[in-house]
Amino acid sequence: MNAGTPVVTPAVRMRAIGKHFGAVQANRGANLVVRPGEIHALVGENGAGKSTLMRVLSGMYPPDAGVVEVGGRDVTGWTTAQAIAAGVGMVHQHFMLVPTLTVAENVVLGREPMSTGTFDRRKAERDVAELSAQSGLVVPADLLVADLSVGEAQRVEILKTLYRGARILLLDEPTAVLSPPEVSELWKVLRRVRDGGATIILITHKLDEVMAVSENVTVMRHGETVARMATREASPEEIARAMVGREVNLAVWSSESTVEPGRAAALEVRNLVVRGPRVDRAVNDLSLLVAPGEILGIAGVEGNGQTELIEAIAGLRGVTSGKVLLGGVDVTLASVRARADGGLSHIPEDRHRRGLILEYSIADNLILGQQHKYARSGVLARAAIEANATRQIAAYDIRPANAALPAGALSGGNQQKIVIAREMSRPFIVLLAAQPTRGVDVGAIEFIHAELRRARDAGKAVLVVSAELREVLSLSNRIAVMYGGRIVAMLPRSEATEEILGSYMTGARREAA
Amino acid sequence: MSVLLFIAQTIRIAIPYLFAAAGGALAERAGIVSLTLEGFMLGGAFGAVLGAHYTGSAWVGLLVGIGWGLMLGSVHAVASIRFKADQIVVGVAINLFAVGITRFFLQLAFGSSSNSPRITGFDSPAGGSPAAFLANPLVWFGLLVMPALNFVIGKTRFGLRVRAVGEHPEGAASVGVPVSRVRYAAVLASGALAALGGVYLALDQHQFTDSMTAGRGFIALAAVILGRWNPLRAGLACLLFAGAETLQIQLQAAQIIPSQFVAMIPYVLTIIAVAGVVGRSTPPAALGRRGE
Amino acid sequence: MNQRLRLALEEAVLPPFVALVVALVAGDLLIMAYGQAPGTVWRMLLEGTWGNAYGFGQVLYKATTLTCTGLAVAVSLRAGLFNIGAEGQLAAGGFGAALAGLTLPPGTPAPVAVPLCVLAAVLAGGAVGSVPGALRAKFGAHEVIVTIMLNFIVLALLNYVVSARLHVPETLHTPEIHAGAVPRLATFVNGFHGSAANWTIGIVAFAVATVDWFLFRTKAGYELRATGLQPAAAEYAGVRVGATWLRALALSGALAGLGGINFVLGYKGYYEDGFTGGAGFLGIAVALVGRNHPVGVVLAALFFATLSQGGLAINAMVPKQIVEVLQGIVIIAVATAVPEVRRVLRSAVLRRTRGGIPI
Repeated sequence: MNAGTPVVTPAVRMRAIGKHFGAVQANRGANLVVRPGEIHALVGENGAGKSTLMRVLSGMYPPDAGVVEVGGRDVTGWTTAQAIAAGVGMVHQHFMLVPTLTVAENVVLGREPMSTGTFDRRKAERDVAELSAQSGLVVPADLLVADLSVGEAQRVEILKTLYRGARILLLDEPTAVLSPPEVSELWKVLRRVRDGGATIILITHKLDEVMAVSENVTVMRHGETVARMATREASPEEIARAMVGREVNLAVWSSESTVEPGRAAALEVRNLVVRGPRVDRAVNDLSLLVAPGEILGIAGVEGNGQTELIEAIAGLRGVTSGKVLLGGVDVTLASVRARADGGLSHIPEDRHRRGLILEYSIADNLILGQQHKYARSGVLARAAIEANATRQIAAYDIRPANAALPAGALSGGNQQKIVIAREMSRPFIVLLAAQPTRGVDVGAIEFIHAELRRARDAGKAVLVVSAELREVLSLSNRIAVMYGGRIVAMLPRSEATEEILGSYMTGARREAA
Repeated sequence: MSVLLFIAQTIRIAIPYLFAAAGGALAERAGIVSLTLEGFMLGGAFGAVLGAHYTGSAWVGLLVGIGWGLMLGSVHAVASIRFKADQIVVGVAINLFAVGITRFFLQLAFGSSSNSPRITGFDSPAGGSPAAFLANPLVWFGLLVMPALNFVIGKTRFGLRVRAVGEHPEGAASVGVPVSRVRYAAVLASGALAALGGVYLALDQHQFTDSMTAGRGFIALAAVILGRWNPLRAGLACLLFAGAETLQIQLQAAQIIPSQFVAMIPYVLTIIAVAGVVGRSTPPAALGRRGE
Repeated sequence: MNQRLRLALEEAVLPPFVALVVALVAGDLLIMAYGQAPGTVWRMLLEGTWGNAYGFGQVLYKATTLTCTGLAVAVSLRAGLFNIGAEGQLAAGGFGAALAGLTLPPGTPAPVAVPLCVLAAVLAGGAVGSVPGALRAKFGAHEVIVTIMLNFIVLALLNYVVSARLHVPETLHTPEIHAGAVPRLATFVNGFHGSAANWTIGIVAFAVATVDWFLFRTKAGYELRATGLQPAAAEYAGVRVGATWLRALALSGALAGLGGINFVLGYKGYYEDGFTGGAGFLGIAVALVGRNHPVGVVLAALFFATLSQGGLAINAMVPKQIVEVLQGIVIIAVATAVPEVRRVLRSAVLRRTRGGIPI
């Protein structure tokens, strides 16, 4: 059977879709065929153009080129309102909920029940409660969305599409913020919705999810759709090859620590408590040690205090109690600059927000955080800045090799190389690497991993936080699992498997850390 | 000094604030910054004088005043919504523009650089008694505008959508709420409402004088901020400011505090409020954000 | 890369270009609506401004104040803040200078008195500017609201002080200063006779060069611009963002305050209630058209000064208020058209390069 030529009218057919934003060509000639009543996985690496393609389908963006058909009807360039009316509903990766409105108000927004000319709030709440009971998506209708947990908020998002009578559901990376039990709950809901006759398109970059729930899979790379296959006839290796465009070894790279027993820790965190944006104890009485010559990996579902931990170590977030020691020196109250001068390098998790100033030139970005070392009595030493740029651009192969270009003009991988060049080319004893390969292409991933290992081999203490379990497994000498602001497991690499880490990440298993 | 006189005077002073603050609250809840209230008011005042002068009817004056508010409001709306211009810059420009255009037409229509001829108003012929101003329909509209706006924002579909586009426009757009249309409606209504404040002023003083709004639009904005973007609380802030002014006027003879210090009260209170000394005031999340 | 260069160039040229075209087109329409011939009126405007020494002197005088307020707004915007309090800071600066000039004993030599009066102006403006800076840094209070409200407070306060304590009877201005007057340009170049142009222009030119050097050549400027572009990244780079905001708004206020000496020390010799006349608000337009760059600010200040002086030159043919209308239109047009044209240009360049900037 050839999955590429369905006999029935496809639920969705997109042909030769092109779409650009500013400098980025997000889609080029993308094709997608989805049959009615299937769960169809749309996979690709970060930045492959999956979300853009789905936003074109849901009417958020008109395509620059190409044709969109839904149920055999040409709907190219339609609006979200038209898409919703035709039964196409999207659940976005970043929730599209209004935090100051209630659950019921959010669900009915845009299709509000009316009575005598005004909004009928009571009917809205009744309808939502009813729909909630029917679909098994339980959320209290009268709560403010601001007060919901992440899992609950996602249920509201799905309820929103069902309320609009969606027959085609688009879900953009729905599991990114969920814990494994919430994920399996989601699969149950999706299968139930599918069995009720709906068509589901699932955007993901996780192969286990593709294998677990989809019937067919379309693979995207660099804005193009490069393969379409029936899931049960495809192997994970085959899909991965299509995703990255060449052979990949899914086996995990194992590494040996070069840490000498008995050496003092380069980084020590003692009973740290840190306040987060929503909770008082985002980091909750956490302690850890990183020795020179080892990589300590921190695994965990995002939002379990990793960001707050890294920011507290870096001096970007105040601590409620506890201590941070850098090379044996207490730096708990030290400024960001004092920590940097004391030997702390930091690859931040969001290079656009923290790691770079996109409007600044490559040369100026290469001294960010070091500007006081490149100034003489307050005046910038231009010649030294240029010389440093020339050196780093060559050493880290930053392209294009033009120090005057703004960082914003570079690809994600080259931007990350600027950050890495800057943080690793100065004297340091501890390296914090938060999501070091997020949003970069495969070539750059390998380069970045090699750099992190090089730092370890040079006797640096490296702390890696990553949402990618494989990355943690492939880099680390020891692995800590964070859950609810605590370290719930600390395992040597040799004892860690995806299954074991997964069970700790869910909070299903605990050990005294 | 009688209590009745005090209340009457306070209400008279508060009416322009109430109209303008209602306009400001509505536009800001929809996510559009309202530095423009001063200009809208000035336009409304001038329009009212034009209309009343040429027809002899206060009602026509009112309509022409609203027309000027809608015109200035549509400039604000098109620049800020369609062209995503910086709303603060546009606000300042509209205020400058309103001063210029009213002066220009004052010269053109009445050949004066300072004031228009005397025009008719809504006053009852009786006059005299402190309650006479109650014959002015605009007083009643003004007193009702905040409760009405509170109902609209809190209970109607339009209000629900205004709140949604002011907090999370992308989210509202994703469920088919026509974000731009809701914002256009809010900004135009804001122009008309603030213009009514100017209409009241001009008809009450029976003429237009150059820059006659004299910062009242900013006092209204201060009331919106002090009221934390809630119409009823903003209305109370308007009454508070008007009460302080009345007190100052009635105590002027006594020379207890210089009038300049009383005039500062709204501004000082607003600074204290935004500094969060007495409870933080959180603006609508998308206020002033330019969707790129 | 060529395209990038061209884009950068177009971005620098675009705002002034739009401002000029819009002023011409809208001006034509208004003039014709008034029943006059645009050509004649424009010629009259040019002759009355750049065409004779007096008019040119007046343009220079007005541009001097506008350069200060424009620079003030530009510096704040470079730090990511919007100072719309230049009006009050300008007034405070003027008052500071006058107070210093009144306090100094008569006959204090100019080399002592002028710097002291300038310092007083800068300190007064800087003090007003640091209020929103401190409230922003400490409480997160939005500087736009604070600076607006502070304008009214400062102006009311100065009005009280002048009217109740310091005025010459029957006027709203202070007595003449005893020392610190800055000589007119006319004392050196005869043609400027009668115009208010004075050597403040030299002091302001020095300030422009200093601000340019500060923003683009010093570590503090690097950190200030970083804070404006991406505060989280500046924080990451060890910059104390709150302190930078405070410094930026204090500097911004000081620059606006500096503008006050032009009127007080260079022209009238006293502080007068209402002398600012909207120059603080027009500073926003100057910064906008000048792309927040010191050199651009100077050019934009000359443009707006020409318009405002030109209004007087053409008053015989069309009401001078036409200029105020034009200024409003120009600001709205630049604020709307520039981002729009930039978007169009960007996508045109993208189509030429097919698929973004080659990397």
